[in-house]
Amino acid sequence: MSKDNNEKHSIVGRGNRDGARLFRDWYKDLTDRAEAGEEAAYVFVMGSMSELLGNFGLPTVFPEINSLQTAVRRVAHEYLEEAENYGYSPDICGYVKADVAVQLRKGAHPMGRIPKPALAVLTNACNTYVKWAEIWERMHKDMPVVTIDVPGARDSRDDAGPGDKQFEHDRLYVEGQLRELIDTCTEVTGKRFDIDKFRESLAYANRMSVSWKRLLELNRATPSPFNALTDGTIYLGVANALRGTEAGAKYFEDLVEEMEYKVDKGIGCLTDEKYRLAFVGVPCYPIFRRFTEMFTEWGGNYVSSTYLWFASGGANRGFEFDLEKPIESYAEGTLLTMRDAMDSMFHQDRVLLGMVDEFKLDGIIYHPIKSCRTVSTGLADGRRHLTEQRDIPSLFLESDMMDRRVVSEAQMKNRVDAFFEGLASRRLQASRAEA
Amino acid sequence: MKTRVLDKWQDSSLTEILTMCRDLVEDPDMPTVRRWRDAGGKVVGHFQVYFPEELAHAAGALPFKLRGAPVEPRMADARFGSYLCSILKTSLELVLSERVQLDMFVSHPICDAARNLAAIFERNVSHPSQILYLPQNANSAHTVNYLTGEYRRLLDEIQRVTEVEVSDDALRSSLIVFNENRRLMRELYAIKRDLPWALSAEDAYSLVCIGSMIPREEHNELLAAVLPQLRETDRKPQDRVRVVFEGGFCEQPPLDLIRLVGRTCYVVDDDLLIGLRYLTEDVPGDGDPLHALAHAYIESSSYSPVQHDLRKPKENMLMRRVREARADAVVLAAAKMCEPGLEEQVAYSHHLDAETLPYFVTEFEENMTSFSNLELQLETFTENLLFA
Repeated sequence: MSKDNNEKHSIVGRGNRDGARLFRDWYKDLTDRAEAGEEAAYVFVMGSMSELLGNFGLPTVFPEINSLQTAVRRVAHEYLEEAENYGYSPDICGYVKADVAVQLRKGAHPMGRIPKPALAVLTNACNTYVKWAEIWERMHKDMPVVTIDVPGARDSRDDAGPGDKQFEHDRLYVEGQLRELIDTCTEVTGKRFDIDKFRESLAYANRMSVSWKRLLELNRATPSPFNALTDGTIYLGVANALRGTEAGAKYFEDLVEEMEYKVDKGIGCLTDEKYRLAFVGVPCYPIFRRFTEMFTEWGGNYVSSTYLWFASGGANRGFEFDLEKPIESYAEGTLLTMRDAMDSMFHQDRVLLGMVDEFKLDGIIYHPIKSCRTVSTGLADGRRHLTEQRDIPSLFLESDMMDRRVVSEAQMKNRVDAFFEGLASRRLQASRAEA
Repeated sequence: MKTRVLDKWQDSSLTEILTMCRDLVEDPDMPTVRRWRDAGGKVVGHFQVYFPEELAHAAGALPFKLRGAPVEPRMADARFGSYLCSILKTSLELVLSERVQLDMFVSHPICDAARNLAAIFERNVSHPSQILYLPQNANSAHTVNYLTGEYRRLLDEIQRVTEVEVSDDALRSSLIVFNENRRLMRELYAIKRDLPWALSAEDAYSLVCIGSMIPREEHNELLAAVLPQLRETDRKPQDRVRVVFEGGFCEQPPLDLIRLVGRTCYVVDDDLLIGLRYLTEDVPGDGDPLHALAHAYIESSSYSPVQHDLRKPKENMLMRRVREARADAVVLAAAKMCEPGLEEQVAYSHHLDAETLPYFVTEFEENMTSFSNLELQLETFTENLLFA
């Protein structure tokens, strides 16, 4: 094998291999801790506060990730049924219900065992986080629940940033709550807050954040080096699970190296990328692989996804904390990134408008889901608004991220096929017009 | 008060006044709001649940609670996907169809669906639309200061829209009007508890609801005239189950459904339009009025599934409502597709099981028109209690 081939084999695909390994290790660590009777911090992907919780030796448990894993592993229906038997409506978030069943099963999960919570930290990025934490309050009596309330943009013109009076008002509110979280963690763990260790975590988070932003930018290349839906979800898992750690920072630096290599050598995610697509919403986890295949079969690749923006908690901004003022800067970063994540959901039309040219998009796939009204409520209107501004084909597919009862694969495929036939016809007409 | 929006009712009988209120509450054309605008007034529309209406009032605007309506969402439907509650769609429909005309719209992050509304309105209407970020952390030492600042920001926006400069004294005057209004509504609820036979459930509801669509001074006059007449009722008590109706904090059940429940039971307390009654004590007029309002929201307020407060576990709050109203049972309702309401139903029902308090679970939609099954089920439920 030549030197080039050796290099190619060691680099290309490394991100997915390492990501899967790190993720398995992370679940194994949680399982070991659960079996040793240790507890964890229950957190959410949008505003996990991992850098701060790690300071107290608290591992983080992401119930959203646990829930989606049940869907990817095709056992979500068992968990949903258990929660519905407990009383929860078929019409509420499937993530919540799967987690209710995990709690009722005392942490038993397809990836191992989930530790009990020592405390829970929630943000307001999604209102269901609040209701979810209330369920935990009832299930785990005396467990502290801490809310970090982060005011979002008041309207689409709201671009208040550092230095603005309004922004500083909001930042002080967030900072005050973060300091209260530190007090609660101290009380729960009996450990003192170590500011230098916190700086170290922030430095790792900075490295990850810079890499994450770079990673998303690299997919502007033609052909695009990764699929923002399938590969992107692996990267998201690592970004959330290993945030603020050395392993997480190194993983993303390696990943950027891999993607730069692929861009440099013209190695695409697909051998023949015909159509460049953006995905809007949350993936269809019950048929995760098949959903993507419906598009790749036509040469369609997801080059971008709003999911990688909001579910990374706004890491797409590439925000770097000021290590000289760690707490103040943590509040600022939390406010900016969470606000970015919320804007990616509520004002998704603005985000997409920029993506059309930056990513040379041929089409946009909207995937509103029953389970998540935060992401889905504004999509039909956003699509309508975007279409008025730009001539960009789009497809609106409604299903779910958890509940296979509302996922109709055959119907979905019919619509996807028709969408691509339309794209092909459009392209043909354009080439004839040019000729 | 310069503009009056109600037809002259002062010489009318109690029955006529209650009929007027019911008719206005059910009219999707919101004639009182139209009259206000026709007289040159500005309207600040706000979505459920709580809104500091004093801010709009102090600027001379009419605070109007957008609470949906029993209308077909012909234009709004295309702006929404499936799996959503009705109130979102019909609230937008009221505006797109120009049944109501607003000068400003404010929504709140009460739930995942509603927090999208400001952006949707912004994309579809020309007047300003924005979110008032009411705090989701009621338990931080920093919350009241934050909310005071947020109210200041909102007031600045209202001043810009109305072109009226609002002084602290104007705000204090508004506090007096709204304190009186809340006192009168507390009085109305005391009548519901003490003399539930004195007025029907739908009339009690209409008397509260009409306050969300007329100047509050006019509402105060109306309540002040009606409440003593209700106290002097010659109606006789009947052997009915006393129930608390829970689940009307956002989307409103149709008046026919409230009528149906009231025909079968005495509704001695409820959370219908709780946002209008959210502050439970007078807001003090001394000091900074915005700080006083913010403090009241955190420290002297009711509860709902969309406000998280560690000091107010909702099942405990419900039990308090039940005890204070001396209720025998609870109607646990939830609007279809209302995630907070549906989630709370589970907590409530498990708790009521533990307390061995009877309850009746149901779902509703503001546009529903068929009630016969529900009536039959509710009658069976109450008969079981009465003849157990």
